[in-house]
Amino acid sequence: MDEQMHENGVVLTKEQLRRRRARSIAIALSLGALVVLFYVITIVKIGPNVLTRPM
Amino acid sequence: MSLATEGADLSGPATAGPSRARLEPSIAGVEDYIELMKPRVMSLVVFTAFVGLLIAPVHVHPVIGFASLLCIAIGAGASGALNMWYDADVDAVMKRTHDRPVPKGRILPGEALAFGMTLAVGSVVVLGLVANWAAASLLAFTIFFYVVVYTIWLKRWTPQNIVIGGAAGAFPPMIGWAAATGGIGAESLLLFLIIFFWTPPHFWALALYRTDDYARARIPMLPVVSGRAETQRQIMLYSLLLVPVGAAPWLLGYAGVLFGGTALAAGFLFVVLAWRVMRPSDLKSGERAAMRLFAFSILYLFLLFAVLLIDSRLSAHFGIGYAG
Repeated sequence: MDEQMHENGVVLTKEQLRRRRARSIAIALSLGALVVLFYVITIVKIGPNVLTRPM
Repeated sequence: MSLATEGADLSGPATAGPSRARLEPSIAGVEDYIELMKPRVMSLVVFTAFVGLLIAPVHVHPVIGFASLLCIAIGAGASGALNMWYDADVDAVMKRTHDRPVPKGRILPGEALAFGMTLAVGSVVVLGLVANWAAASLLAFTIFFYVVVYTIWLKRWTPQNIVIGGAAGAFPPMIGWAAATGGIGAESLLLFLIIFFWTPPHFWALALYRTDDYARARIPMLPVVSGRAETQRQIMLYSLLLVPVGAAPWLLGYAGVLFGGTALAAGFLFVVLAWRVMRPSDLKSGERAAMRLFAFSILYLFLLFAVLLIDSRLSAHFGIGYAG
């Protein structure tokens, strides 16, 4: 632990950086997939009626 | 004080996590979070839910069906994560589970809890919005049943833990059916019963092979509490019950002869393997017989549900197969 401490704070090891990057990419991909899924579901459930709104 | 923590040596891996909580950045990889969701259990859940969804007498748009199954899978993953959060002390002392991310300290208990709760709430809400609130309520109840009733309450308290707790694993086809129909039908109740009666011999076969592991973790599995002979007797009893229950969709006219024949043949083989578990020549051959039954039980469930799906598709397209 001590060797990880730096005067500017905690310095991540290469392995920790790699894993954090992998987690970040996984979260980004999951969020992207959810956006696409919710869009497609909206189209399927509402269809053209998505444009029909009471004014 | 739980049974599992009494006398269990938790000075090793299980306590590695909290110290990291204060000092070190996370070392969890994506694969650790995937492991937290118990992907192998998830595959069985998704498959049985898929069959429940497809044999329902209501057409579901493929996108809605896919999204519903995704929600059920994520709900199952949430259950797995919450189970690993609560059971980290038990997992740490069992050979089969000591490498899991929480006891090894790769994921902190708090991280597992937050991950599990997020997935649980997300999967239930999205299933409610995508399919219907009956299916979402069933999914919420299933997660509650697995985490609270089975993991927190029954698992460390009674040898009947997996008999009652087995209901949690039996709900997915009902959720799939409910996602399509918005309710509960007799057919989906039969699918529930098949998995419910399948669970005890499946888990007790594993427990016979892992008796020392469960005893070390102080989990009151049937072989630990009542001994091998009683467990073998109970396995045989449930295997015999499983034969008519497995064939019930055909016997009651909800499936055709293809399913009926398969269910009876597979059920007969199940009983034969249970008999071999009951009559071993020595401990080693007994353990081998138990592992064979455990492996076959997984195949049995996949086979029954796969043939039920094929049978229902044949009936839908060609109007054949139904007994009634």
